[in-house]
Amino acid sequence: MPAMFIRVDVDPAVQANAALCKQLVEVCPVDIFRPDGEGKVATVEENLDECTLCDLCIQAAPGQVQVIKLYAT
Amino acid sequence: MRFYEYEAKQLLERHRVPLPKRKLVTDADGAAAAAFDLGGPVVLKSQVLSGGRMKAGGVKFAEGAGQAKQAAAEILKLTINGLTPVGVLVEEQRTIAQEYFAAVTYDGRAKRPVIIFSDMGGIDIEEVAEFHPEHLSRTHFSALHPFSDHIAKQAVAAVGVTGNDLTRLTSIVAALVRIFFDYDMTLAEINPIGRLDDGTIVALDAHMDMEAEARRTHAALLQQLGVPESDNRQARPPTPFEIAAAKVDAADTRGVAGNLTEFDGNLGLIIGAGGGSLTLFDAVRAAGGRPANYCEIGGNPSVAKAAALTKLICQQPKVKKIAVMMNVVSNTRVDIVARGVIKGCIEAGFDPAEKIAIFRIPGSWEEDGFQILKKYGVDYVDRSVSMHEAARRAVAKMGKR
Repeated sequence: MPAMFIRVDVDPAVQANAALCKQLVEVCPVDIFRPDGEGKVATVEENLDECTLCDLCIQAAPGQVQVIKLYAT
Repeated sequence: MRFYEYEAKQLLERHRVPLPKRKLVTDADGAAAAAFDLGGPVVLKSQVLSGGRMKAGGVKFAEGAGQAKQAAAEILKLTINGLTPVGVLVEEQRTIAQEYFAAVTYDGRAKRPVIIFSDMGGIDIEEVAEFHPEHLSRTHFSALHPFSDHIAKQAVAAVGVTGNDLTRLTSIVAALVRIFFDYDMTLAEINPIGRLDDGTIVALDAHMDMEAEARRTHAALLQQLGVPESDNRQARPPTPFEIAAAKVDAADTRGVAGNLTEFDGNLGLIIGAGGGSLTLFDAVRAAGGRPANYCEIGGNPSVAKAAALTKLICQQPKVKKIAVMMNVVSNTRVDIVARGVIKGCIEAGFDPAEKIAIFRIPGSWEEDGFQILKKYGVDYVDRSVSMHEAARRAVAKMGKR
């Protein structure tokens, strides 16, 4: 089932920064980000609704990652 | 978890409680051999985790090996309350002059352990309490301070026992208390304790229940008793619904969403929080509701885990609606549980607004949780509505039963 409550938008510019991609994978406590094997980052659809809204990804990539509460719109 | 009589007696033996000579057998030939070895008349007792063995024909007497073989064959074929025996305990038969009762358990109201003792053993203790209260003593004691045998003596003496009986019974009751503490029992009972013709006192039957959560602590003991890990020792075999719920809980280490017990009602319950599940289950019953299940949710389960349990409960054909209710939560997040139950409802093919009779989980992240519930049209209440009132509203939505 697709995510119902949370959407995570990652700015395409993030993909050019391998260190930042790695950091996003590391900071998320519920594995929303995964390395795609080419130094880039992908989001894991089935984990999106597990988002705890901790903002660690937003702090890691200010202005480049957005966490959208689908229930608030 | 409950122990078979033959196991409970092994625990008593470790604490030097006098017992009749006995042998556990698993077939009729073994019973004949045991009776021969013991010599004289014997009593044969079905080893099932159920009361009412005598009435059901699970206890028989035999004068010798031939009769013992016949009796054991009958007992081994006999199911009692749906349970088949794991064996037959063959014991020497003794002539009893007087029967006593002793038990140690927790008194939930007093919030202390209690020794219950009576000089009217061998019958239901509830009957003694109701019709012969002067023959029953209740002696509370501390679970924190070291236990003194003097407390056991007070419990026995309180019903008028004196002399040699007092001395001997005191040591048995004191041993029972030590078993109760040493093995994390919720109940340690000997009924009856028999004073024989020659004045000796022996434990004739025993019932012991250990706290299920203590199994790991006492793994070595259980191994010595030959209890396999897979043997859950519940009063009945788990239902498919209960097995599926246990799998949900085991599949994800985050939080708790399981410990489900099935009932025959139509209101599915997703309940928990610091004893809240027990309170809420009782509240539903008090409001005239018929729960389809008891369960426990808490410790901040993942969305997937809460969804899986919800889906499972919703999929039960008898479940008309579900009620999601907890005490005020701090470490469990309201929004995470809200996401889970809504997702579970939808995955099971139901509209959360129709299927969820009420959502009453106040606490951390409740603003987000309530936003989610509002979006999906779920009836929710905050902490200003008591758990009992929430249960009443859920039951009211079930309509005519």
